[in-house]
Amino acid sequence: MSEHGQRAVREASPGAGQEQARLVSSERFRMVLFGAGVLGFAAVLVWGLGGLPDFGDFAGRYGQYLAHTTVPARHATSAVSVTTFDFRGVDTLVEEFILFTAAVGVVALLRVQRASEEVPAEPESTRRPTARSGALRSLITALVAPTLVLGVDIVLHGHLTPGGGFQGGVILMSALFLVYLGGTHLGLGPLRPMGAMEAAEGVGAAGFALIGLAGLIIAGAYLQNFLPFGAPSHLVSGGAIPLLNIAVGLEVMGALLILAAEFLDQRLLMHRGKL
Amino acid sequence: MTAVQITALVAVALGGTAVVLAREPPKQALVASVYGFALAVLFLAFQAPDVALSQIVVGAVALPAMIIYALRKIIRRGEVNRGER
Repeated sequence: MSEHGQRAVREASPGAGQEQARLVSSERFRMVLFGAGVLGFAAVLVWGLGGLPDFGDFAGRYGQYLAHTTVPARHATSAVSVTTFDFRGVDTLVEEFILFTAAVGVVALLRVQRASEEVPAEPESTRRPTARSGALRSLITALVAPTLVLGVDIVLHGHLTPGGGFQGGVILMSALFLVYLGGTHLGLGPLRPMGAMEAAEGVGAAGFALIGLAGLIIAGAYLQNFLPFGAPSHLVSGGAIPLLNIAVGLEVMGALLILAAEFLDQRLLMHRGKL
Repeated sequence: MTAVQITALVAVALGGTAVVLAREPPKQALVASVYGFALAVLFLAFQAPDVALSQIVVGAVALPAMIIYALRKIIRRGEVNRGER
């Protein structure tokens, strides 16, 4: 207990005043405790940061090894992709299933909720514009194709340049989501968007696991590469890494679009249209 | 340390503070999106383009979007429940 706190309790008059004094003292006590915590945390943080190596001076052996091994051993120029999809591929497989499981869980919860309210996630008519401003609709529509191309580019070049299935998958999701924001829901006519997106998520998640299984059967270990590596810096190189990137891209795109569609169900959009 | 790196560090410090100071959840989600983008610039300035891309898609797009969806859902459910009473 602080000196302030003790004095406050001693000086307080009996009754309601004493109660008030106790509250003030406990508030002061908390501030002192908080102050001590902040100072201690700041001291340890500064001490820790002071011991870090300088920028660009990293001496860890694992990083040096990977930086020198990826191109000769896997013929792929993006060290990060080679590490995530090859050297620690099983880790990435599990990470992919984290997103898959999370998406399935949220969708299951939302669908149970909606079952009692009878509101479809999928639009029945596909011609209702979501955005009301014409200029906004034109701008959004103009952005769809470039975003789609960028997403495909990031996925397909994952083993050559920064990026990959995960980042590209989110960009692909944004492109299709723009259709929904600016045009006519996610209405792609006979394609049945929700069905297609569920299929994309499933195919992507299963694809990763099956490519790993193919490695087990053909090359003798799970996720072991079983394809020719190709020439470094060519589009077709790095063995199975581009295939894994495509699988992750499909999975991420499908999972996020399903989540978006489930959250923004029909009724929310109808409500917004009437405003 | 280059000027770009220092600018990015300052932007991240200001952005993080702004996220804490924004009190309304919908506004906070948008401020968090801008903050996420500042972090991405920081990662790029420190030569980590892969991390920067992931940061853009998660911190600047996916996370704020999920927060906005969830808020919208909660607000809408509240309106429906009030309407039924």
